[in-house]
Amino acid sequence: MFAICADPKTLEGLTWLGCYLTSGKHLDFYMSFVTVLALLAVTAPAAMLLGFGGAMASRARLAPLRWIGKGYSAMVRGVPDIVYFMFFVIALDQGIEYVRSRFVCDDLSAPVFQGMEFHVCNAAKVPLATASPFTFQAYGFFLAVVTFAIVFGAFVTHVLSGAMQAVPRAQLETAEAYGMSQRQVFRRILVPQMWVYALPGLTNLWMVLIKATPLLFLLSVKDIVYYARELGGTKTSAYAYSHPDWRLYYFLGLLVFYLLMTKVSEIVLTRVSLRLSKGQATAAGEAQRRGLA
Amino acid sequence: MSCLDTIADYGLRSIGIGAKLLPRTDFTLCQQFTLIGSGLIWNVYFAVLALAFGFFLANALALARIAHSPFIRKPAEWFVFVFRGSPLFIQFFLAYELLVLLPRSGVQLLGLTIETSWLTRAWAGALIVLFLNTAAYSAEIFYGALQSIPKGDLEAAEAYGLTGWKKFTRVQWPTMLRLAWPSYTNEAIFMLQSTTLVFFSGFPAFSQMGDALYYANYFADKTFNPFIPYPIIAFYFVVLTLILIWGFSQVNRYLNRHLPQNTQSRIRLRPQLLR
Amino acid sequence: MKKLLLITTLLAASAGFASAEVVRLATEGAYPPFNLINDKGEVGGFEREFGDEVCKRAALECTWSTNEWDSIIPNLQSGNYDVIVAGMSITDERKKVIDFTQDYYPPTPSAFVGATADADCKSGPVSAQVSTIQAAHVAESGMTLLEFPTPDETVAAVRNGEAVCVFADSDYLRPLVNESNGALTFVGEPVSIGGGVGMGVRQSDQELKGKLDAAITSMKADGTLNTMIEKYFGPEGLKY
Repeated sequence: MFAICADPKTLEGLTWLGCYLTSGKHLDFYMSFVTVLALLAVTAPAAMLLGFGGAMASRARLAPLRWIGKGYSAMVRGVPDIVYFMFFVIALDQGIEYVRSRFVCDDLSAPVFQGMEFHVCNAAKVPLATASPFTFQAYGFFLAVVTFAIVFGAFVTHVLSGAMQAVPRAQLETAEAYGMSQRQVFRRILVPQMWVYALPGLTNLWMVLIKATPLLFLLSVKDIVYYARELGGTKTSAYAYSHPDWRLYYFLGLLVFYLLMTKVSEIVLTRVSLRLSKGQATAAGEAQRRGLA
Repeated sequence: MSCLDTIADYGLRSIGIGAKLLPRTDFTLCQQFTLIGSGLIWNVYFAVLALAFGFFLANALALARIAHSPFIRKPAEWFVFVFRGSPLFIQFFLAYELLVLLPRSGVQLLGLTIETSWLTRAWAGALIVLFLNTAAYSAEIFYGALQSIPKGDLEAAEAYGLTGWKKFTRVQWPTMLRLAWPSYTNEAIFMLQSTTLVFFSGFPAFSQMGDALYYANYFADKTFNPFIPYPIIAFYFVVLTLILIWGFSQVNRYLNRHLPQNTQSRIRLRPQLLR
Repeated sequence: MKKLLLITTLLAASAGFASAEVVRLATEGAYPPFNLINDKGEVGGFEREFGDEVCKRAALECTWSTNEWDSIIPNLQSGNYDVIVAGMSITDERKKVIDFTQDYYPPTPSAFVGATADADCKSGPVSAQVSTIQAAHVAESGMTLLEFPTPDETVAAVRNGEAVCVFADSDYLRPLVNESNGALTFVGEPVSIGGGVGMGVRQSDQELKGKLDAAITSMKADGTLNTMIEKYFGPEGLKY
C-alpha cells in the first residue's frame, strides 16, 4: 500500500507492524467488519418483514394460511440455527437456479439432477459464469441475508404474534365501538400498539442476531471470523509477512468488537424502549407519567 | 449387515464403545440415524450438566447483582456482560486457546501438583464454557424475576414476621423461580442447541468421538450429500426439544400448584431471553 | 462505461483468448505452498500459477474463487464453479462422485511431525485435518486421532503439546519444520498414501476434462511444470 512497504522482508519493528496491518489482506479484514454490519443492517428489516407476514398469517381466518404461519414460527425453535446454515445455502442456490432455468433455458429435456450433480443450462446460472468476482461476492452476501432472514423471521413471527395477543382487548373493543372495521382496527390500533409489547423480545432477537454472525463463514461469506483465522494462522516465508500463530490476538479483537456492539445496542435500545413506553398502559409507561406529574 | 448390527456397532460409538472405525463406504440411512443419534449423547451430556451446575451459579450471580456493595455487584455485572455480550463461538475458541497455554506438567499449588491436561478436552473445557455461559444468561433471567416480585408478597412476608434469610427462602426465592421459569425454559432450549457448537470451534474431536453435528458433518463429507444427514439431526433436535419442554412444564406445574387455575403462568415459549 | 468495456475487450484480446469460455476455478486458500491467500488478499501459491498456465494453454478464460474445504465437492456438483484446484489427492472415494484430470503433482508422501525426533506417534494423539486422507489413515492404523478443521490448527496442536505428532502432506509440513527453529521435526519415515494431486471436475464435464488434461500433458512435456514445482516446493519437491 505504501512505498516503504514494497519489500516486507527487509522491514523491522514498528514499520513492519504498520505495513503488516495495512496489507491488502488486512484491508479486506477491515472491510469484512463493514460486511458484517451491512448484513445486520439488511437482515434486520428483512427478518422483520418476514416475521410480520408470518405473524399476520398465524392470525389469519383461512386455516391453511394459519398453519403456514404457525408452522414457520415453530420450524426454527426446535433446531439449532447452525444446522440450517449447513445446507440452506446450497439448497437456496439450487432452488433459484432451478426456477430460473424453467424460464431462460431452451432445452429443458435434460434432467436437473443427474445422480449427485445439479444441472441447469449456462444461461440459468446465478450469477452467470462471466460475472465479475464482485457479483459473486454480492450474490453470496445475498444468499446469507436470505438465510439469516428466514431463520430470524421465524423468531420475529413468534415475538410479534405474542405481542399482538398482548395488546389489551379493551383497546380493540373501543375501536370497534367507534365503528371501525376489522382492517381498520388492525391498521390503526393493533399494529401501532403492539410495538411496546414486542420490544423486549425484538431487543433480544437483535442481540441474538449480532451473536449469530460468527457463523457467517458457514454461508461462504468471508466474514471477520474467516479473516481472523486466515490472518492469525502461522505464516511461513511463503507469505510476504511471516509470523507465528497469532489467532489468539485476532480473536480477542473480535471479542472486543462484539462487546462494543452489544454495549452500543443496549444504550440505543433502552432509549427506544423509553420512547415507546410513553403514554402506554404498562408499568414503564405509568412510571414515566408519574415522573412527569 | 442388518440395522440391528449397525446399532450394536455404532449406538455408543460417540463415547468410544463399539466399532473402532466409522463406516467408510456404502453408507446406509440406518448408519446415519444410528451414529448421529449416538452423537446426541454428548449434546445431552453438555446440556444437562451445564444447566445443572449453571443453575446454582446463576442464583448466586443474581443475588450478587442486587447486592448493595459495589464490590459484589460490579464483578457479577461484568461477568454477565462479557458472557452475554459475546458469541459463544468466540468464547469456545478463546477458552481452548487459553486452556492449551496451561503448563502441561500441571500447576504447582501449595505443594500439590494439579493436573491440567484434561481441561483441554471437550468433556471438561467445553463444559466449563457452557456452564459459565448459561450461568450468565440465567442470572439475567433470575435477576429480572427478583425485581418483579410483587411488592405485596414481600410486605405480607414481613407482616408475618419473616425477615432476612427466612424471608428469602420462603417467599422471595420460590416466587423468583416461579416468575423466571418460562424464560428459563427458553434458556434451556437454547443451551441444548448451543451444544452443537462444541466441536465446531476450538475443541477438537478425539478418536472420532463427537457430537451429533460432528457425525452429520462426517456423513455430509463422505457421501458428498448434505441433504440427508442435516435433516436427520434436525429431526433429533425437535424430539429432544419436545422432551425438554415437557419436563420443564412439569416443574412449572409444581411451582404454580398453589395458585388458582386461571392465574397460573403457563409456559408460553416466547423467545424473550435467548442467546 | 463504453471505455471500460473497450479496455476489458482489449485486455482479453491481448491475453490471446480468441474464443474463450469462462471457467471458474475453486481452491481452499489455506494450504501453502499449494494454495494460499497472499498478503494482497488474492489467491496465490503453486496452484494459482499452475492453474493460470493450464487455462492459457487450453485457451480458457479462468476466474478464481475460494471455498471451505468441507463443502468444496458439493459446491462443484452444484455448479458453483467448474474445477477444483486445491491440492486434492486423487482417491477412489472421491472418484465415485467427481472426475479427476491426470495428476499435476506426483503422489506425495505424508509425514509425521513432532516436537522431537524420538516422539512416540503411535501412542498418540496424532492431529490431522478433518476429512482428509491423512485423517482416515490415522484412524485406520489404530492411532488416536485428533481432528481440527484447518491444517494450521493441526500443527498448532503439536506446538502446544495437545498432540504428540501431526500427520499431513510432507510438502505442507516442510516449510513449517524448516522455519520452526527446531521446535518441530520430522518423525520416522514418510508414508505413501493416496494418489497424485489432480484437478477435480464434474463427471459430466468430459470435454473440459479433456482440455485440461491436454494442457497438463504439454506442461509436463516441455518441463514447465517441473520448473514451477521447483519454484514453490524447493529442491525437495517431487518432479516428473
